[in-house]
Amino acid sequence: MNDNSVTIKDPVLSIRNLCVSYDKGKYAVDNVSADIKRNAVTAIMGPSGCGKSTMLRAINRMHELYENIETKGNLILNGKDITDMPTIQLRRKVGMVFQRPNPFPTMSIYDNVIAGYKLNGIRLKKSERDDIVERSLSDVTLWEEVKDTLHKKGSFLSGGQQQRLCIARALAFDPEVILLDEPTSALDPVATSKIEDLLVKLKENYSILMVTHNMSQAARISDYSMFMYLGELVEYGKTKDMFTRPKDRRTEEYLTGKFG
Amino acid sequence: MSSSANLMVDNLGRRTLKDKFYKVLVVVLSIVTISPIVLIIYELIVKGYRQISFDFILKTPPDTFEAMTALSSGELIPGGIANGLTGTLLMVVLASVIAIPVGVITGIYLYENPGKFLANLTRNVSDVLQGVPSIVLGLIAYMWIVKPITNGFSALAGSVSLSIMMLPMIVRSTEETLKMIPQTIKEAALALGVPYYKVILRVLIPTSFSGLLTGILLGISRVLGETAPLMLTALGSTMINLDITKPTSAVPLLIWEFYNDPNMVDLIWSSSLLLMAMVLALNLISKRIAARTK
Ligand SMILES: Nc1ncnc2c1ncn2[C@@H]1O[C@H](COP(=O)(O)OP(=O)(O)OP(=O)(O)O)[C@@H](O)[C@H]1O
Ligand SMILES: [Mg+2]
Repeated sequence: MNDNSVTIKDPVLSIRNLCVSYDKGKYAVDNVSADIKRNAVTAIMGPSGCGKSTMLRAINRMHELYENIETKGNLILNGKDITDMPTIQLRRKVGMVFQRPNPFPTMSIYDNVIAGYKLNGIRLKKSERDDIVERSLSDVTLWEEVKDTLHKKGSFLSGGQQQRLCIARALAFDPEVILLDEPTSALDPVATSKIEDLLVKLKENYSILMVTHNMSQAARISDYSMFMYLGELVEYGKTKDMFTRPKDRRTEEYLTGKFG
Repeated sequence: MSSSANLMVDNLGRRTLKDKFYKVLVVVLSIVTISPIVLIIYELIVKGYRQISFDFILKTPPDTFEAMTALSSGELIPGGIANGLTGTLLMVVLASVIAIPVGVITGIYLYENPGKFLANLTRNVSDVLQGVPSIVLGLIAYMWIVKPITNGFSALAGSVSLSIMMLPMIVRSTEETLKMIPQTIKEAALALGVPYYKVILRVLIPTSFSGLLTGILLGISRVLGETAPLMLTALGSTMINLDITKPTSAVPLLIWEFYNDPNMVDLIWSSSLLLMAMVLALNLISKRIAARTK
């Protein structure tokens, strides 16, 4: 049985018996239940193919776009089942940042930040737009670097800057939860540490759920950690506890580098 | 020991010889490939440049007696190919208006439903269409438009036959350019809660815009010089005609007419030169657009 003995009061998100399968009868995420702490960084770890991305993508209902993917179980965001929300409302509350920086290549830096509003046809006053752009870019510490080139294409930025731009794009919607799927795996160490600092700062206002392959990164910045293996949530707890006293043998083997 | 060293030297020698041989071969083949187009352009310029003037673009062709008079007194043939230019423009624009929306939408459908039966069928049919001889498309447009709709030869019929020619190229280039967009761009938009149709209209199409444009321009340049289908549909006209239900001239049709009239035959070179220039310009523009997005 899973050892998910942590109790988290007033969780921002409750995952209940989540199962996701790409092929009928084969579960990429197998009966996962967990509560996610508000205003904290929660790391999801595990060997390649264990279902981390699959679980993350279930949280903003990305799987609905593909006919063959089946999702079961409940995801409760602030006490409300996410399947009862319109997707636009859900995705405003749950932002997503991908492994590879993916700014919209045809849009300027400015338009990339407010892309969520633009593409959804949400009208804003010029002053509101300017505010959102400045606030979001400042939040990701990109404002000083790009404030004079806001109307240049976002694809001209460096990889690390692009990834911060993508985080800013997610923040512009003022979400409650930010999902990040290995956000630094395509970046160099300097850009990585900038993003790490950023995430620690952002948790004051947002709840962060992050997939990472990098154990030292999880140890550095996360408050809670999950360890997944073959679709199951093997262990979940305070990062400090998990790294010092793992309860499950598989977690211990993973953390000590025996596999993964 | 020494024999194996010798062998290596030998091998090396043979390899450099082989290298040289291939290099020469590549250069020769490149020249063989390039020379026809260079020769064609050279020929057209030498034989056609004297006729090119503002009149040539702004006036309609002379009748055969005027041409004969000019020829016998050693002057340039008066008049120009304005009726052909306007006709070509009219029909190509109309063909584009028909083919672009249908082609782009079909291309999007193929991209969105790669494995579906109907999509595979459409893709194959479109490939077959690409191989249908253009004269057959002219016949089809004759049956569909000339007889039942315009009761006679017409620009509309010409446009329809040209649009069918353009269609497969636009379908294919749309599908291929959309395929080149990384899936992550699409997911970025979806993750912002953008509805699917808006993702297509406002993210995928703008992102692949230059690719789409390249395909469209190549399609246009492909039909610009088509003669056979127009003979059965637009027929030709000695005057400038902008009524799509009436017979209309086109530059390639004029070239064919000039060719058949001993008094006018000199005009084929200048007309061809102009047509060639338009096709080349379109090709260069589309290459430039394609290069800029890489
Ligand atoms: N689109 C898909 N279609 C079919 N199977 C898939 C698809 N995506 C993932 N899978 C399978 O689901 C399982 C979980 O994949 P997932 O991408 O969630 O793993 P992950 O933990 O994120 O791995 P990684 O660390 O390599 O990113 C794997 O066995 C994978 O092969
Ligand atoms: Mg993954």
